[in-house]
Amino acid sequence: MIQQPDGGSHVQPDAGTYVRIGVVLSTVTMIEVAAFYMPFLRLVLVPLLLGLAAIKFSLVAMYYMHLKFDPRLLAALFAGGLLVAGSLTIALVALFRNL
Amino acid sequence: MWAFLGSDCLFFGSLVATYLVYYGRSKQGPTPHEIFNIPFTSVSTFVLLMSSLAIVLALANLQRGSRRGLAWLGVTVFLGTWFVAGQGYEFSSFVSEGLTIPGSLFGSTFYVLTGFHGAHVTIGLLWLMGLIGKGLKTGATPEFAYNVEYMSLYWHFVDVVWIVIFTVVYLIGAAP
Amino acid sequence: TGLWGWLTTVDHKRIGILYGATAFVYLLIGGFEALLLRIQLFQPNSTFLGADAFNQLFTMHGTTMIFLFVMPLSAAFFNFCVPLMIGARDVAFPRLNAFSYWTFLSGGLLLHASFLFGGAPSVGWFAYANLTSKTHSPGPGVDFWLLALQVLGVASLAAAFNFIVTIVNLRAPGMTLMRMPTFAWMTLVTSFLLVAAFPVITVGLILLMFDRFFGANFYNVAANGDPVLWQHLFWIFGHPEVYILVLPAMGIVSEVLPSFSRKPLFGRPFVIYSGMAIGFLGFGVWAHHMFAVGLGPVADAVFGITTMLIAVPTGVTIFNWLGTLWGGHLNLKTPLYFAVGFIGMFIIGGLSGVMHASPPADLQQTDTYFIVAHFHYVLFGGALMGLFAGVYYWYPKVTGRLLDDRLGQLNFWLLFIGQNLTFFPMHFSGLLGMPRRVYTYGPELQVTSYNQVSTIGAFILGVGMLVFLHNAIVSLRRGEVAGSDPWDAATLEWAIPSPPPAYNFLTLPVVTSSRPLWDQKYPMAAEDGPGGGHGNGQPGQVLAHTPAVTLTREEAHAAPRGQGAGGAVVPPADPHPHPLPAGEGTASSPLPVGEGRGEGPPRSQEEGAHAVPSDGHAHHIHMPSPSFWPPVTAVGILVIASGLLAGYPLAALGAVILLAGIFGWAFEPPA
Repeated sequence: MIQQPDGGSHVQPDAGTYVRIGVVLSTVTMIEVAAFYMPFLRLVLVPLLLGLAAIKFSLVAMYYMHLKFDPRLLAALFAGGLLVAGSLTIALVALFRNL
Repeated sequence: MWAFLGSDCLFFGSLVATYLVYYGRSKQGPTPHEIFNIPFTSVSTFVLLMSSLAIVLALANLQRGSRRGLAWLGVTVFLGTWFVAGQGYEFSSFVSEGLTIPGSLFGSTFYVLTGFHGAHVTIGLLWLMGLIGKGLKTGATPEFAYNVEYMSLYWHFVDVVWIVIFTVVYLIGAAP
Repeated sequence: TGLWGWLTTVDHKRIGILYGATAFVYLLIGGFEALLLRIQLFQPNSTFLGADAFNQLFTMHGTTMIFLFVMPLSAAFFNFCVPLMIGARDVAFPRLNAFSYWTFLSGGLLLHASFLFGGAPSVGWFAYANLTSKTHSPGPGVDFWLLALQVLGVASLAAAFNFIVTIVNLRAPGMTLMRMPTFAWMTLVTSFLLVAAFPVITVGLILLMFDRFFGANFYNVAANGDPVLWQHLFWIFGHPEVYILVLPAMGIVSEVLPSFSRKPLFGRPFVIYSGMAIGFLGFGVWAHHMFAVGLGPVADAVFGITTMLIAVPTGVTIFNWLGTLWGGHLNLKTPLYFAVGFIGMFIIGGLSGVMHASPPADLQQTDTYFIVAHFHYVLFGGALMGLFAGVYYWYPKVTGRLLDDRLGQLNFWLLFIGQNLTFFPMHFSGLLGMPRRVYTYGPELQVTSYNQVSTIGAFILGVGMLVFLHNAIVSLRRGEVAGSDPWDAATLEWAIPSPPPAYNFLTLPVVTSSRPLWDQKYPMAAEDGPGGGHGNGQPGQVLAHTPAVTLTREEAHAAPRGQGAGGAVVPPADPHPHPLPAGEGTASSPLPVGEGRGEGPPRSQEEGAHAVPSDGHAHHIHMPSPSFWPPVTAVGILVIASGLLAGYPLAALGAVILLAGIFGWAFEPPA
C-alpha cells in the first residue's frame, strides 16, 4: 500500500519517452553483444559490459519503475537491498578467492 | 512492493554470489564458452526488455483510462511467454549437450540461478493473466491502474535481474 | 466468533493471540526436549538417550526455540501492540497478516511431523554441509527441516513486509518516526533485518534442497563444491537472526522501564539509533561463527573487529536503560523484575560474547559449552526474559485482567535462579573442554558436577514455566480487572479499553509528542524534553482538541485495493471507553482528536472523514471482514511441502490449492 505523494506535481513521462527508452535499451544490448564478439575489446570487456548493464538497470529502474519521480523512501528501500546484496556478493567472492 | 524487491535483491544476490564463487571450478562438463548460444540468448534478452516496454505502455494507457492498456498487457504476456519458451528451449538443448544439474558445478549453479529467474517470470505471467481477467471485468479504473503499476514494478525487477544475469553469466561467462 | 471466527480472523489482535498461544506450546515442547537432554547429561556415560536420539533432540530444541518460540512470540507482540501504539486500526495488509500466522503454524507442524515420519533432523539447528548431504544424512529428517524452514521463512517475510508498510504508512497524524514508541522502532528494524536476512538462508536451503533432491553439486566436494559456502550463507542469515531474536525484547524493555520508573526512556533517540546500528552492523559480523574454519588471518581479523564494534551500540542502550531507572519512582511489579533481569543477564551474555569476538580466544571456546553458556544467557536471560516482561506488561491489555503479581514474582525468581543454575556452570565446563553437541562425556573431564547443577537448574526452569502457565490460565478468570491503564503508562495502547474493541480507537488520535498518553494525563508535568515538545505550547493542550467534528479514517480507504476492507460495522462491546484520570470533559472518546496536527504528519488519508456521533458508538467504523483465503493459501504451501517429501502428485495438489487460495484472495470482493 504505497502512497504516492498527493497532487500531480510530478511529471509523468509520456508514452513517447518510454518508447525512446526502449530503443536505447535495445541499442545498448546490441552494443553488448557486438562487444562480445570483438577480440580487441577483450581487456576492457568485463568493465564495459558491467557498465552497460548498469546503464540498462538504471534506465529501467528510474523510468520504467518510476523511481526517479517517486518518494525517496522507495528508492532507499530498493537501494538498501541492492547495497546489502552487492556487498555480500563482493564479500563472498573475496572470501572464497582468498582460500 | 519495493520492500519486497529489496528483499528479492538479496535472494538473487546470493544466487549470483554462489554462481560467481563457483565460476570456473567445475571439474567436468561443458563450459560456458562451449555451450552458450549468445545470439539466441540475446534475442531472449531483447524480448524481455520489450516486454518491460509493453507493460509500461499498458500502464500509461490504463492511467489515462484507456482500455487499450489491456491489449498492451496481453502483449506483455505474449513477450514474456516467448522469453520463458526460449529459456525452456535453451535448457533442453543444454541438457542434450550434456549440461545437467548433477553433472557439474556449473550445471548446478547455472540452472538454479536462471531457473529461479524463469520461475519469477512465470509467476509474473500468471499474475498478469489474472490481472487481465480482472481488468476485463472492471475496466480501466484508477484502482485497476494502481494494481497494474504495482505488478509492473515486479515485472521490471525481473527484467532488471535478467540484465544482470545476461551480462554476468552469459556475456562475461562465455567470453573466451 | 467460535472456531470459524478464529480461523478466518484478520484482526491483528486475534492474530497476535494466536501467535502467542502457539509460541507457548512450542516453548513447552522445546523445553521438554531440553529436559531430556539435561537428563542424559546428568551423568557421564549415561545411556538414557542414544547418540542419534540426543542429536535429534538438540537439533529440534534449537530449531524449535528459535523459530517456533522466540520469533512467534515477538510476532505476537508486533501484531498486538504495534498498531495500537501507532494509533492505527489494524496492519496495512490484514489478510496477509493472517496468512503469516497460518503459514507459521504449517511450518511448525511440518517440522515436528519429522518425529513421526522417519526421524527428526539430527544435524544441529545450523545443519552444516556436508553432514546434511544425502550420503551422510539419508533419512528424511533434513528434508523436513529444510522445507519447514522455507515455509517459516515465507511466514516471516510476509509479516515483515506487513510491519514495514504499517509503520511507514499507518501512523496516527502527528506521530513522526521519532515520536513513535521504541518498541515500534525495534519492530521496524527487526522487520528490515528479516527482509534482508531470510532470502540468504532461503538460497542456502534451496541449494541444499537441490543437492538432496536433484543431485546438484553445491556442497559436493567431489565436484569441487564447497561445504563452507553453506556456512557463509547460513551465518549471513544466522547472525542477523540473533538480532532479530533480541531486538524485540530490547524494545519491550525500553517500554517497560519507563513505565515502571515513571520517567521517559533516557536518551531515547540514542536507543533508537543504537537499535538501527545493531541491525546494520549485524550484517557485517557473520564469520565470527567460522573462526575455526580456516578463513585466513585477514578475514578473521576483519570479522573480529566488526564483532567487537557491535558491543558499542549495545552498551549505549544498556547505559540508557540504567539512566532510565536511576532516579525513577520505581513501581516494583513483575514486568520490571523481568526487564531488570534482562539487563543483568544480557550483560553477562554480552561479556562472554565479547570474549568470543577474539579469534584466538574463540579457538578454545568454539564448539564447547562456553558458547552454549553465552547464547543461553543472551537468549534466555535476554530475549526470553524480555518477552516475559512483555507478557506481564501487556497481558492486562490483551485480556482485561492482570496476572497475579505474587505468582509473577515467584515465576521470575524461579526462572532467574533456574537459568543461572543451568547456564552459569556451562562457562566452566566449556573451558574445561566439554564439547557441544556430543551425547555424553567421560568422567575424566571433571565436568560432572557442573552438569548436575545444570540439570537441576533446568528442572527449576520447568517448574517456573508451570507456575507461569498456572498464573496465565487462572488469571484469565480470576485476575484483578485491569481497566485501560493499569500501569499508568505513556503510550497510546493504554488509552483504550482492555481488551480493546475490534476497531481499536473510536476516533484516531492526533499526536504531538512521544508520550501522548502521559502528556494527556499529566499536562502540568509536561515539559519540553526528549521526544518532542507540544504543538502549541499551551499546557493541557498537547493533543489538539476540537469537540465538534472528529475525524475518522475509514478502513476501506486506508486499506484499499481489494484488501477485504469494510464489511460488518462493529458495534463496540463497551460503548463508553474508560475515562482518563485527567477527566477529559467533552468527547467520550478516550483521546480528544482534532484537525490540528503536529508538524510533518505522515501520509494519512482524511478522505472519507465524517462526523462520529459523540455518544461514542462506532457506527461508521468499517473493519476488514474475515477471510478464509489466507488459511487456504497457507494449507496449499503445507501440502506442497509435504508433497515434496511424500510424493510429487501431492505437491501438485498443493500447488492447485495454493493457486486457488491466491486467486480467491485476489478476487475476493472488498466487502
